[in-house]
Amino acid sequence: MDYALLAEQFFNGFQLGIILFLVAAGLTLVFGIMDLVNLAHGTLYMFGAFFAATFSMVTGSMFLGMLFALPVTLVAGMLMEWSLLRTLYQRNHLDQVQVTFGLIIFFNELFLIAWGPEGAAIQLPDYLQGTTPLFGDVVVPDYRLVIITSGLLVALGLYFLVSKTRIGMLIRAGASNREMVAALGVNIKMLYTVVFGLGAALAGFAGMIITPITQAESGMGEGILILAFVVIVIGGIGSIRGAFIAAIITGLIDTLGRSFIDVAMLAVMDTEGAETAGPAISSMLIYIIMAVVLAVKPQGLFPPKGA
Amino acid sequence: MHKRLLTLTAAATVAFAANAQAQDTIKVGIVTTLTTPASIIGKQMKAGFEVAAEHLGHKMAGKKLELIFEDDAIKPNIGKQKTEKLIKKDKVDFLAGYIWSHVIAASAPVAFRANKIIVSANAGHAKFSGKGCHKNFFNAAWENSQTPMAMGELLNRKGIKTLYVLSLNYAAGKQMVDGVERTFKGKIVGKDLVPLSHKDWSAELAKVKAANPDGVFVFYPGSWGPAFFTQYAQAGMTKTPLFNVFSIDGANLPIFQSRNMDHLLGMVNTSYWGPDLDNPQNKRFVADFKKKTKQYPAHYAAQAYDALMLINAGVKAAGGNHNDTNKVRAGMEAADFPSLRGNLVFGRNHFPIQNFYAREVVKDANGDWVLSVKETVLKDHAPVNSGECKL
Repeated sequence: MDYALLAEQFFNGFQLGIILFLVAAGLTLVFGIMDLVNLAHGTLYMFGAFFAATFSMVTGSMFLGMLFALPVTLVAGMLMEWSLLRTLYQRNHLDQVQVTFGLIIFFNELFLIAWGPEGAAIQLPDYLQGTTPLFGDVVVPDYRLVIITSGLLVALGLYFLVSKTRIGMLIRAGASNREMVAALGVNIKMLYTVVFGLGAALAGFAGMIITPITQAESGMGEGILILAFVVIVIGGIGSIRGAFIAAIITGLIDTLGRSFIDVAMLAVMDTEGAETAGPAISSMLIYIIMAVVLAVKPQGLFPPKGA
Repeated sequence: MHKRLLTLTAAATVAFAANAQAQDTIKVGIVTTLTTPASIIGKQMKAGFEVAAEHLGHKMAGKKLELIFEDDAIKPNIGKQKTEKLIKKDKVDFLAGYIWSHVIAASAPVAFRANKIIVSANAGHAKFSGKGCHKNFFNAAWENSQTPMAMGELLNRKGIKTLYVLSLNYAAGKQMVDGVERTFKGKIVGKDLVPLSHKDWSAELAKVKAANPDGVFVFYPGSWGPAFFTQYAQAGMTKTPLFNVFSIDGANLPIFQSRNMDHLLGMVNTSYWGPDLDNPQNKRFVADFKKKTKQYPAHYAAQAYDALMLINAGVKAAGGNHNDTNKVRAGMEAADFPSLRGNLVFGRNHFPIQNFYAREVVKDANGDWVLSVKETVLKDHAPVNSGECKL
């Protein structure tokens, strides 16, 4: 057993989990509090990525680029909510799916036209391009450490916001019982716009910090969106704590699965069988887990109280 | 009575004129990828066809030539639909293009049923060079395993003893891996085929590092290339040499150059063609392509050019009668035209028998990155399963 490899894969899985959490946190709040199925959440991820790429190129600094892109993504998200998604709150989920799916197609094409098929990239500054030894033989790219650290800081900030501030209390109340919050006279419209903006900022942040690694391209939101839905189903809709734990679990299972399933397959079948089954099973693994959770505990592993 | 006769005559004249005009126009329906980030490949292919049409003066054997482009969005069902649309609605005379092997696998049967000649200008699905060959199927590019077989041979020459293989999990990706396994004499210490949606190779790169091979073989065309090569450098792996097929070409070299990915200079891949292949038609093609698109052509464009010239050769051999499929086919089999790769010779299965070269990423006189042919790796190579074709 190569312990260095195992440790590195744990690290990689954890990093994937952090990105998933950032996307899933916004998604779970929007679904949990506003009962809105927003497929265009992945588009907000894409917004963050492309805006940060363009601003980085213009300012010559990755840090400044991301700093400017964050409020722009936040505003873009709030504009999307105010102009279009607001009309969907009363409608059923299928209508919401259709409209937000249309938004995906529209923005994918728009970004393809605006930035071209080659997409956009963010150059890492030289001091972030190296690697750092963690312990023993384990060596990790510096930038991935940055991703994990900033993601954890955001998670901490979110925890503080949600559990220690008034707006956070309103968010938690809305996740538990939306009707009651409205009945108690809270300005539900403002709450919704704030929640949506928060979700947009989180998704945009995830999009921009992953771009130096994977590049920004049209359609990049879809893959992460699907995984984010899996995460919030496993974690419990409306629960940020659930989103965090489920995201880390999902990231670890997906990465460790991809790393070791083919080796595991070799124990029970021949090389050719393992080579065909391995990639297939590792792609399916996380969905199998989601199905099991749905069967055993349909409200998710950590549903918000009262849900 | 007169009015009815007049109307009928007018209608008949219009119909006859339209039909006569249709007889005077040769329509080539081209299925390529114009949406999604992979449209970077489709753009090259489209430009290759257009340069060929311009060199032909938009005519084939005196008849007007019309190109109709359709998008497949990398999806086999959409490619099939578009193929049907081109045949039934646009009434094309020939089908060409097709970047992706799984798309052409779904679309070719449609062409066969309609008795139309279909020319692949990229997709090299092994099915069509072997048991699944068809008299109306032509491939103006290569069969999927040939280019990686040349790479395997090159790896042997370079003394690489252990290899890690990374590819994409679809028809062509698997056939690329088959190809390199066929000729590579060393040991393959690891293999990962990732799904088409894959963009983050952290797990796979950790495995490569742990396996510590002499070299890494990759097949990451289109937009997978830039993401993978960036992460390879970020993981600190540039000391382990990378060998690729179809992952660095005229289409994405400008992107790599604009992103200062200097670790790609000097990287080697194999192909049947290079922009500096020394023959007059290739020189003319490269010059006119650069004038039109401000970029070097990639093999996608070269294949598209040859595909249209091939159809032209067939139509000329049939004396301009493009509906005489048998004569056109015979003309195409003879392939009597100056191909960009020199002399084009077809096997019985309508796949080219050709040389494969090693090409290196270098800077040209203006400092632009380009691929340059360095040595011949395979000579007069035919697809390995050609014997299974019963044509």
